[in-house]
Amino acid sequence: MNQSPYDNQRAYDRLAFELSSPGRIAYSLSEPDVDVATARNKIPAAYLRTQPAELPELSELDVVRHYSRLSQMNYGVDTHFYPLGSCTMKYNPKINEDMARVAGFGRLHPLAPEAASQGALQLLHELAGMLGEIAGMDAVSLQPAAGAQGELAGVLMIRAYHASRGEKRTKVLIPDSAHGTNPASTAIAGYEVIEVKSDANGEVDLGDLARHLGDDVAAFMITVPNTLGNFEPRIVDITEMCHARGVQVYMDGANLNAILGITRPGDLGFDVCHFNLHKTFTTPHGGGGPGAGPVGVKAHLEPFLPTPVVVKNGEAYALDWKRPKSIGKLLAFWGNFGMHVRAYAYIRTMGAAGLRGVSENAVLNANYVMKRLEGHYDVAAPGPCMHECVLSARRQKRNGVSAMDIAKRLLDLGFYAPSTYFPLIVEEALMIEPTETESKETLDQFCEAMITIAREAETNPQAVLDAPRTTPVRRLDQTRAAREPNLRWRRT
Amino acid sequence: MRFLPATSQDQRAMLETIGARGIEDVLVKIPAKSRLDRPLALPPALAETELIRHMRTMAAKNADSDSHVCFLGAGAYDHYVPSPIDHLIRRGEFFTAYTPYQPEASQGTLRTIYEYQTMIAELTGMDVANASIYDGASSLAEAALMAHAVTGRPEVVLAGGVHPLYRRVVATYCDGPGVKLRDVAAPAGVLDAAAVTKAVGAKTAALVVQSPNFYGCLENVAAAAEIAHAAGALLVVVADPVNLGVLEAPGRLGADIVVGDGQGLGVPLSYGGPYLGVFAAKNDFVRRMPGRLVGATVDQDGQRGFVLTLQTREQHIRRAKATSNICTNVALCALMATIYLATIGKQGLVRVGELSMAKAHYAADRLTKIPGVTLRFEAPFFKEFTLKLPKPAERVAARLVKQKILAGVPLKAFDRKLADCLLVAVTEKRTKEEIDAFADALAKAVAK
Repeated sequence: MNQSPYDNQRAYDRLAFELSSPGRIAYSLSEPDVDVATARNKIPAAYLRTQPAELPELSELDVVRHYSRLSQMNYGVDTHFYPLGSCTMKYNPKINEDMARVAGFGRLHPLAPEAASQGALQLLHELAGMLGEIAGMDAVSLQPAAGAQGELAGVLMIRAYHASRGEKRTKVLIPDSAHGTNPASTAIAGYEVIEVKSDANGEVDLGDLARHLGDDVAAFMITVPNTLGNFEPRIVDITEMCHARGVQVYMDGANLNAILGITRPGDLGFDVCHFNLHKTFTTPHGGGGPGAGPVGVKAHLEPFLPTPVVVKNGEAYALDWKRPKSIGKLLAFWGNFGMHVRAYAYIRTMGAAGLRGVSENAVLNANYVMKRLEGHYDVAAPGPCMHECVLSARRQKRNGVSAMDIAKRLLDLGFYAPSTYFPLIVEEALMIEPTETESKETLDQFCEAMITIAREAETNPQAVLDAPRTTPVRRLDQTRAAREPNLRWRRT
Repeated sequence: MRFLPATSQDQRAMLETIGARGIEDVLVKIPAKSRLDRPLALPPALAETELIRHMRTMAAKNADSDSHVCFLGAGAYDHYVPSPIDHLIRRGEFFTAYTPYQPEASQGTLRTIYEYQTMIAELTGMDVANASIYDGASSLAEAALMAHAVTGRPEVVLAGGVHPLYRRVVATYCDGPGVKLRDVAAPAGVLDAAAVTKAVGAKTAALVVQSPNFYGCLENVAAAAEIAHAAGALLVVVADPVNLGVLEAPGRLGADIVVGDGQGLGVPLSYGGPYLGVFAAKNDFVRRMPGRLVGATVDQDGQRGFVLTLQTREQHIRRAKATSNICTNVALCALMATIYLATIGKQGLVRVGELSMAKAHYAADRLTKIPGVTLRFEAPFFKEFTLKLPKPAERVAARLVKQKILAGVPLKAFDRKLADCLLVAVTEKRTKEEIDAFADALAKAVAK
């Protein structure tokens, strides 16, 4: 039998605990050069561990081979086209990794004296300035750890701003097409969330927005381009409508990759926006994080930025803690600095023309994919789209083939899947974001695969329903996972 | 152009397929008046060699833990990072994947998270751990909100030894939901049982205690558990998992939720982040937990496999009613910790703890032999302790940096009453010679 590489992996079903052999070691630690017993005797016995933690006992080769094998069970951008909409799975330059590992950055303690951290503070200060220019914002905090934390920071700043003016506003308006983090972050900030309807094209229903705008509304929060991949032509009207009612406008920057150097949130009238450095600015997604979610604001919100703020006094950089109106801290230290170094390296590599080229090519690629597929799948909203396009598998659904089935079949054909079932307002949504770093050849291969699947849905739906067949495991029983949660390994 | 593979020929072909004359035709929905009419004002693009030179110049201004001997702690520690970690996490299949939404093509990530959850549950003595929160401080904030949701009570009591920067983050998160924080001072460096008992009552959702605490002192966690539980409140313990090879698992001392920063488990110092928010709890609370959870199941052929599970807690399903707003977490740092714990192993983690503890006690002994230098608190400590100096700690620390020693964290910025105090951390990486040299340098720096 002809074995595919996956067959080897299918045979590999071990966890580190199951490889363990008592007495085996992989660590290298020096012998004690001071007395251990003396110290141990100074600690009350009740504070000391009596049962050792059951950790694996492995050789170094065991460790290396085990995690190398596990890695081979993943698709990543380095190995596969990864058109996961809304996540901007672009290529992550290798030089970023080298820069993050320079000892002066990678091995710098967050509480090293300021005078001995000037290079790190300089990088933070310059990065905040560059992001401010890119977004047309007056001030930027790099502290939020991810987009959702940037949202929380932004909404809390809006809340503090209204409070400082003696206004008590209790609601935040969010379109029904929004990312789930928007309502979740807003709720933590203490607001009631009101959903604003989208029209047939997935754009904000201005009538519904106008109905909800009132003196009790603190903010309107919207993603630009919107989650259907379209730029809302009336966005400036929207920000003006909001401002006329004293409502602050927040831009979810998840889709910033579409507009670099073309238009800026600040110029569109937004008061706050967050950036996702792991999307737009090439820091790796790491299997789910870390990200970085800096937040930019207009001058009237600057007093409320999280503390501390990196400032430049003459030639010296410092952390400014004396900010009485600040919303406070979001992380113990200054933010995900390792990600800041990578994003800084990327922006300095690309420059202004390069970043504009990023967005132009991202938009071109998405429109090309949409055009090639529009005869085979329904398109959620008329184009041209921006950096991503949303298809609907409602046509395929008539033959019993869902968006999920199409996603699984793509895995067999050598591609990661688009985002599925998002945005919620599109039936059987398939959200495709090709990014600018993919070549025309790759896009053509992907489109051929999608067309093949559309044809299979017509002629041989079972082929799609049976997918995936080549992955390390086949479709998994989600119901059982949730009904009988097994969240940790135990020796049986 | 770099990272942009489309040639002008490709672009022409794609535009032709689209039916557009130029890129302007596809940008048509952006109104002209909203366009940026100039190039972004950014510094000129750098070639790779120029970038490296520029970055190295900036990095050289920083006193890192390679160029200097590091006794800094306060929530971030210069522990040993075994070599395989960075080699393995840099595999592109881990590094450039995202959240495992398609489990069939993400078993590598899912299996490592399942291992991670198991290791953290084992170390903390809890039933279940999540896939990570951003850092120790945000993890504590999530614990406070969860305790509030579980108990329906409006207040969280913080023992005085909780890291002051963590406290600030908790305050930020608790502001919106209106959870009130009550602080109980710890003049002796550890919690004052009588004062804590008085503060904890029918309104208390949780009592938070950190051990070792910010000052390095070990707390009586079991006593804190009794106080909390007597009032029907939860006990939240902030612990540093790298210490838990030697120190008792908080779960065995009565903790209901254990949080902390896993930076010591193989995560680089990196000027404060990204770090690793550890979050573990008792089974009773699993459906109220924040963050992602990975569970074992089987595939359609009956083969073992792993998936994200109990997702109805999360923002992408539950939206405004989610248990937390967290989406992107710090999976890669959790992977570092997983490989760290697999490498350091059952015996190694005990050795790391014992060496850190022993060297810290040697250092405390040696440093307090310097005239005028004493331990600020009498309570037992583990790998970190607070020194009282005869001179302002900030000035002493600044002087020692010049001798390539990062002497410790001056506490003035955290508490003005402790302006003469220096928080000193000692890991297994420090040698007796380095500690002796530190003591000699400190003796000179504080001499009249």
